[in-house]
Amino acid sequence: MSDLVIENLTLSFGGVKAINDVSFGVGRGEIYAIIGPNGAGKSTIFNAISRIYRPDSGAIRFRGEDLLARPPHQVVDLGIARTFQNIELFEKATVLDNLLVGRSAKVRTNPLQEWFFTRRVREEEYAHRRRIEEILDLLDMQQYRYERVADLSYGARKNVELARALCADPEILLLDEPASGLNPEETTDISFWLKDIQQELGVTILMVEHDMNLVRRISDRCLAMANGEVLAVGSVAEVQANPDVQTAYLGGSVS
Amino acid sequence: MQVQFKTHYRQDIDLLSDRGTRFRVVLALVLAVSAPLWVGGYYLGELSIFLTYILAGLGLMVLMGFSGQVSFGHSAFLGIGAYGHSVLLGHGVPFVLSLPLAAALSGVAGAVLGRAVSKMHGFYLAIATLAFAIIVETVLGEWTAVTGGHMGLAVPEMELFGYPLTADWQTYYVILGLVLFCILGVANLMRSPTGRRMVAVRDSETSARSLGVDIARTRILAFAISATITGLAGALLAHMLFFLAPEAFAINESLKLLLMVIVGGLGTITGAIFGAIFVTILPNLISLLGEVLPSSIAEAAGLEQLLFGAIIAAFIVFEPEGLYGRWRKLRHFLETFPYYKRATFVRQKRYLKTERFR
Repeated sequence: MSDLVIENLTLSFGGVKAINDVSFGVGRGEIYAIIGPNGAGKSTIFNAISRIYRPDSGAIRFRGEDLLARPPHQVVDLGIARTFQNIELFEKATVLDNLLVGRSAKVRTNPLQEWFFTRRVREEEYAHRRRIEEILDLLDMQQYRYERVADLSYGARKNVELARALCADPEILLLDEPASGLNPEETTDISFWLKDIQQELGVTILMVEHDMNLVRRISDRCLAMANGEVLAVGSVAEVQANPDVQTAYLGGSVS
Repeated sequence: MQVQFKTHYRQDIDLLSDRGTRFRVVLALVLAVSAPLWVGGYYLGELSIFLTYILAGLGLMVLMGFSGQVSFGHSAFLGIGAYGHSVLLGHGVPFVLSLPLAAALSGVAGAVLGRAVSKMHGFYLAIATLAFAIIVETVLGEWTAVTGGHMGLAVPEMELFGYPLTADWQTYYVILGLVLFCILGVANLMRSPTGRRMVAVRDSETSARSLGVDIARTRILAFAISATITGLAGALLAHMLFFLAPEAFAINESLKLLLMVIVGGLGTITGAIFGAIFVTILPNLISLLGEVLPSSIAEAAGLEQLLFGAIIAAFIVFEPEGLYGRWRKLRHFLETFPYYKRATFVRQKRYLKTERFR
């Protein structure tokens, strides 16, 4: 039974078909990796799911709900959170404030209550902070709590983005290249955390990733794309053995 | 340097949890409350005007500093507040009702403008708000039946439940109370979800949206709150001016407010206060300057505007964080003496910013 279902998704930019008739399903609790050479349309799928791009045709469903019928800011209400390939954090704010924005979908107070900072607002603030504490502990980043994002290193920022997505208490996490730009140690850390997130929090993970070591180590299933089309789906070993995938990465035989 | 050891979330959330800040704020409060005792006549009036400018600047700060939308149209909100208040008072609406009504009127105008420009950025936003300011000024000038047009409109006196408040110190306290109320309110907003949403929209719309922030709603709300506060400032300013003319709410006023928030330091409440100090002192400085300079320059038209513009430009180039930024550096220098190093405040280069979806 699949949680997130993509059906016959097609999306083009002018004459370029970025995604062409792509279908797949991500099951509950699984770590699902999408791989493929540059320009394969991996990030475009993400951007279609989070409603930044509007697909030409096809459907995206999450637990039976039609995502395309929702405005972009309500996607997260369904339990879908994401990170970006080129970190999109709130630069001038502290890590704590960034994570608090991550809780946006859970806010139940209105601006008038906030103007007077009523007891209700204060209690919600405490509750948000308690949840954030757990996530900071999980990702081992208490020391960055009050740092401004602009002062952090690249690796730390990547973690802040992951943490911020987790703050939305997602059911499924879309990670756009979680390990890009990280050194081998940080990548190892990430692989453990992603496993933790899957097993302890029960979050489904859909990720785009180029680092095959990471993909092999943690993902349950893998989908290979090239030129906007699906080449193969299956376990990592199966996909790597697939001749089409090899051709896409390494080029075809000269004949 | 004092490092606070935090043991409760209260210390994150409470305003003024830092001892130094608390001391400075209490000092400023004592000075403000006791001012009528040791400041007389003319200067107390100037002080009231200074307070209304803090309020107007605070309004613009909510929009520009926190939600990152530029506005050249805030003179219009000052005008709507001032005229709305005076016209209502003229029709016999009591002061306590007319003031919030005028502010609300300005807030609604702000929301409408915000709705219209909610998808605009940069130049387009600047031009649209500029156009709004021009339209409002023209309407104030031409709608003679209500506003008195260019002949002007006399502002009825301030009164509270039938008692006229004519003495300078009475007006001063009314204004001070409202300014403090708004500062506290804005500070509260900034430490709660709405304020954080505004900052999120300012820094990255894309990720704010993916985290569940309704961009258009946040931007319209910022416009509405900003216009309400500035409208309130306009209503109070009317009592300082005694006589309203549309020219008093021309683009120049907008520029003055922009100067305030930029010179003061974008993105902080303190910045609005510093900016107001600067803007109230500047005309006096310019007139002092006029005594030194040869009369051909000192009496040239537009000297003030020229200096305004030059100062904005200089701040953007040399100190984008404004007077508040300067103050922060000075404080850091004193706190860490003798270990201060310039590099602390050198801005880091961004790593990547290629993919934007705007």
